[in-house]
Amino acid sequence: MNAPLEVRAWNQRALNRSERLARAAAATGARGRHVTADAVVLLLETVLEPGDRVCLEGNNQKQADFLAQALVQVDPQRVHDLHMVQSVLALPEHLDVFENGIAKRLDFSFSGPQGARLAKLVSAGGIEIGAIHTYLELFARYFVDLTPKVALVAAHAADAAGNLYTGPNTEDTPAIVEATAFSGGIVIAQVNELVDGKTTTLPRVDIPADWVDFVVKAPRPNVIEPLFTRDPAQISEIQVLMAMMAIKGIYAEYGVQRLNHGIGFDTAAIELLLPTYGEALGLKGKICRHWALNPHPALIPAIEAGWVESIHSFGSELGMEDYIRARSDVFFTGADGSLRSHRAFSQAAGHYACDLFIGSTLQIDLDGNSSTATLGRISGFGGAPNMGADARGRRHTSPAWLKAGREARQGRVGAAGTPRGQKLVVQMVETFREHMQPAFVERLDAWTLQEQAGMALPPIMIYGDDVSHILTEEGIANLLLCRSDAEREQAIRGVAGYTAVGLARDRRMVENLRDRGVIRRPEDIGIDPREATRNLLAARSMRDLVRASGGLYSPPKRFRNW
Amino acid sequence: MSDLPPGLERLDYRLTGERPAGPFAPVLAGVVGSGNLEVLLEPADGSDCTFRIETSARGFGPIWEAVVRDFHRRHPLAGVHVSVNDMGATPAVVSLRLDQAAQELQR
Repeated sequence: MNAPLEVRAWNQRALNRSERLARAAAATGARGRHVTADAVVLLLETVLEPGDRVCLEGNNQKQADFLAQALVQVDPQRVHDLHMVQSVLALPEHLDVFENGIAKRLDFSFSGPQGARLAKLVSAGGIEIGAIHTYLELFARYFVDLTPKVALVAAHAADAAGNLYTGPNTEDTPAIVEATAFSGGIVIAQVNELVDGKTTTLPRVDIPADWVDFVVKAPRPNVIEPLFTRDPAQISEIQVLMAMMAIKGIYAEYGVQRLNHGIGFDTAAIELLLPTYGEALGLKGKICRHWALNPHPALIPAIEAGWVESIHSFGSELGMEDYIRARSDVFFTGADGSLRSHRAFSQAAGHYACDLFIGSTLQIDLDGNSSTATLGRISGFGGAPNMGADARGRRHTSPAWLKAGREARQGRVGAAGTPRGQKLVVQMVETFREHMQPAFVERLDAWTLQEQAGMALPPIMIYGDDVSHILTEEGIANLLLCRSDAEREQAIRGVAGYTAVGLARDRRMVENLRDRGVIRRPEDIGIDPREATRNLLAARSMRDLVRASGGLYSPPKRFRNW
Repeated sequence: MSDLPPGLERLDYRLTGERPAGPFAPVLAGVVGSGNLEVLLEPADGSDCTFRIETSARGFGPIWEAVVRDFHRRHPLAGVHVSVNDMGATPAVVSLRLDQAAQELQR
């Protein structure tokens, strides 16, 4: 005999959502979607249930800081054991929620400013880390097994209906809201401004109202960090030299048209040499036309000189708003004229549609593995691993991609010799950082950190087998051309300068690699280091950048000395 | 006992020269500033190239010796005294300044 089938309700998620919304409306007296700032803590206490997965929008630029401050104030008797999922731990509140017993578990991408405190909390047992992800990986998991039940996001403005305008810093918001709103979750947005939608309308709609449940006008504008601004005054001659080597020895060699630059002075130097050194080499139009890049102020002179056709951005950059608006042929902008950034799409663009990534790191080992992880800090790597990895799923070709693939596969047979392209992944480092810290090491700190924090793997940012070139002031090592681990090791030692790793090189083998073009010195590519002066920079100060922009770029105060 | 200002380390090297510099007016390259250095080349008696390095970054003797030997391989000057006033420059900057000074000398 069959037992009677138990009837299962298949809409429990929707029912639970309705209960939460009704509770919140009753408690806060919300009119439609709008909640007042002083009712936000109560809103969170009624909407949240213990054990909820909560996405608190925070990335390396824009922060939902008011909602973060509110979350810290909820009663831990009512709200506890939350599972936080978020891109970046940047604010003290992001960790306060763990210390206050409100949250218990964490999945994230990057914790730069809070890395040391996070490590302490983990070792004291105050926090369970699920995993450290890349941005794209974390967004992907929002749609698989880390779907937020409640999302706390930041936008610039909302109208009476609850439509959101993010302004230039759209960043992570669409990815977070999509995952939450279409899985029975609840979306709460803080905004800087409210418009009535009748006499004043939003400049454009970035998130439609029916994906949003509650809107609160924050007492202060949300925090934004100008993370990608580099003062040209701080670029050294050695960085100019390395930038010359990158342009002539890699960009020109491969004809790199589509690329992503990391953050830092090394790559800012490249950006500032395009309209001067690059122009003199006749490379305009032949390299660097399409970018996946935040609106780097250092790129202004190259844009003005007509080098750049398109830029898609992960986020915006403070002070660049008017410049972007006035250069709408280059940037992705809405009908309102302002930038539309999008971290998820830009990460996909950087991974699949760019031929080259170039960035810096803190440590490189003899296998070419590199990491910015340092002892006593749990920091993660944000987007770098997706930018700095060969896109194994890529199928479209380009000359740069095919040339790199040929170099890596020449003389190989079977699966390893099957023709395909490869992404150029360049690690650009001075052999010594400041305070004579060597960039080349026998063993990455990542291994010790793994032991200390009990991680399953050492936190390696870019794996050696994804790195195509290592560029230092001593030369360029082309790892695509290495055919054994021993060759790779000597190629790396051969550009490691006077570090202990560099001094321990096998001189004969290094000279042999140089004869084969695996290692190329500045003089091998026709560069005289004595010509590497700051005079080559298209802008040598913040003021020069403002001038180059025709006064449209308005740097944050801390970058102004006039 | 020593005229060395406190906190500084002094290193001396003497290498056999091959290319006599002859008489020349002293050559100065670089400036003393954080992360930078000053290099002074002066005529000296004999056929050696001598180096006196005063540096604020202590404990990097082996690296200085390697940098000095590589410079001397590129420019085997004879009858020259090289004074270096270093404020924590990286070896890359040191090599660049030495080369700039040697280039001035050849003019």
